[in-house]
Amino acid sequence: MLPFTLEKVTSVQAAIAAASSGRRFIAGGTTLIDLMREEVEQPAHLVDINTLPLSEIRIEGSDLVIGALARMADVAAHSDVQRLHPLVAESLIEGASPQLRNMASIGGNLLQRVRCPYFRMHDAPCNKRTPNSGCAAIEGLNAGHAILGTSDHCVATHPSDVAVALVALDATMQVRGPRGERSFPVEELFRLPGDTPHLEHTLLPGELILAVRVPGGPSSRRARYLKVRDRASYEFALVSAAAALDVEDGVIRQARLAVGGVGTRPWRLRMVEKALIGKAPDRKIFETAARLALEGARPLSGNHYKLELLPRTIVRAFEMTGEAA
Amino acid sequence: MHELADSSGTGAEQPDGPRLVRREVLALGGGAALAATMPVSAPRAAATGTSPAAGSTATVPVRLVVNGREVSVEVDPRRSLLDVLRETLGLTGTKKGCNQGACGACTVLLNGRRIVSCLTLAAMHEGAEIKTIEGLETNGELHPLQAAFVEHDGLQCGFCTPGQIMSGIGCIAEGHAASPDEIRFWMSGNICRCGAYPGIVAAVADAAKRA
Ligand SMILES: Cc1cc2nc3c(=O)[nH]c(=O)nc-3n(C[C@H](O)[C@H](O)[C@H](O)COP(=O)(O)OP(=O)(O)OC[C@H]3O[C@@H](n4cnc5c(N)ncnc54)[C@H](O)[C@@H]3O)c2cc1C
Ligand code: SF4
Ligand code: FES
Ligand code: FES
Repeated sequence: MLPFTLEKVTSVQAAIAAASSGRRFIAGGTTLIDLMREEVEQPAHLVDINTLPLSEIRIEGSDLVIGALARMADVAAHSDVQRLHPLVAESLIEGASPQLRNMASIGGNLLQRVRCPYFRMHDAPCNKRTPNSGCAAIEGLNAGHAILGTSDHCVATHPSDVAVALVALDATMQVRGPRGERSFPVEELFRLPGDTPHLEHTLLPGELILAVRVPGGPSSRRARYLKVRDRASYEFALVSAAAALDVEDGVIRQARLAVGGVGTRPWRLRMVEKALIGKAPDRKIFETAARLALEGARPLSGNHYKLELLPRTIVRAFEMTGEAA
Repeated sequence: MHELADSSGTGAEQPDGPRLVRREVLALGGGAALAATMPVSAPRAAATGTSPAAGSTATVPVRLVVNGREVSVEVDPRRSLLDVLRETLGLTGTKKGCNQGACGACTVLLNGRRIVSCLTLAAMHEGAEIKTIEGLETNGELHPLQAAFVEHDGLQCGFCTPGQIMSGIGCIAEGHAASPDEIRFWMSGNICRCGAYPGIVAAVADAAKRA
């Protein structure tokens, strides 16, 4: 690990001022310390933001507001989260391990970096780590990589589980920077790789995530997160789906769907949602709609299986919305 | 000569604080004795100003309460909590497996919650209470979960065991040990290369019933 300085801040303003002059925030450290040890991340100055008052989880009107420093475990165990947004709780519990969930913050989770093995291998080309060096995954081991939103420069998936749930639920980010506060959909936090895969998010220099806001709604309680992976637990997704249905009088009024493990960012599937509206929920309808998920999919040498696994995961997730978590 | 130094694999981390070789640690009768006598060492190097120089190797003072005893140490900010426990404080019961957050061998309780100590910096935990495997015995009596591991053969080589036990204590305290299935899911952050899982699950289930 390269040397760095570490300072603590006690106010949001001080944190933003420090970050504006090139310092890097550290929250749980579970992404950052890991990558600093590998010297993939090389910040010279860190600002410990853990003492900022940003851990609160509260209800505001019909919205659920989750502070950026709330820990994954605490969000998942919170009674309001379980009652109003079981999808958020379920997606959190399916991610990482109990120990990591006690450490990792929601803000840090959204900004976690890719799990592509070449990203950490200094002797392999990787445009994300070293711009314009090439992409070892495109011709290499790519079974875990994306089929949607890829470019000729990077094909890594976004690894967060909770981000998939938040994108499905139309959650928004509340951020503050040197030029004040703004909010925008969580979906817009993530960039597509294009020809600049080293740029991953849309935060401006110095911007601090304050909170994530999840709107309440009719479909939010009939919602499930299904994560398909190589082990029964504690593994990143091969394919995952956050699905929600609002069914009234036997007819689907609203559907929500976002998927993980297949896209270069958490991937909302509005075409699939639209195909379900006005239909009676059953397996045939789900299967027909789920095929639409593959539009624009570009499989790699090692991940053709995702073309089959993705629609199946979607169908099963919608079926599960009728079952209790 | 420092067998315990620089086991991080990066080759770049600097040892800090008093250095001891394993033999000296053992001669002291284990880490707890050493921790209790830790001196406050090394003057603090220049505090971080408004434009600190890149590549600074200034140490920072940290006060920790480890297994109920207060210790003050000067640490390089790069030191993980795991390395400070093992190398600075000589508490080698906590193990380093992957050093990447993936195996759970380094699990300790931080302010009562189970965490992996390899992915956090010691300097971020001023005033924190840390419990390690060395702090579980009371008056020569094993902790009930330690006793259950012995009774149910919850180990083979034993390398993952301190982490399994610290994680198991967290698992039981969280109320996640009601059934073998629940235990398997909530203990999945701890990998056992010997595959002692049946014994581990049985030990956690047994201790949970008695808790
Ligand atoms: C072994 C292992 C398995 C894992 N498995 C999963 C999994 O299955 N699913 C999953 O979703 N995740 C998984 N993770 C990832 C884990 O969830 C993330 O590492 C964690 O959520 C990051 O949060 P943190 O608080 O530790 O972030 P940090 O490491 O502290 O920070 C990460 C990044 O976010 C920035 N940052 C942090 N907070 C803010 C803020 N408030 N405003 C602006 N920037 C900020 C930091 O500067 C840094 O760039 C796994 C991690 C490990 C090590
Ligand atoms: S897929 Fe992205 S992260 Fe992986 S090697 Fe290619 S450029 Fe790097
Ligand atoms: S050594 Fe910390 S999790 Fe493996
Ligand atoms: S007992 Fe050997 S690794 Fe678990």
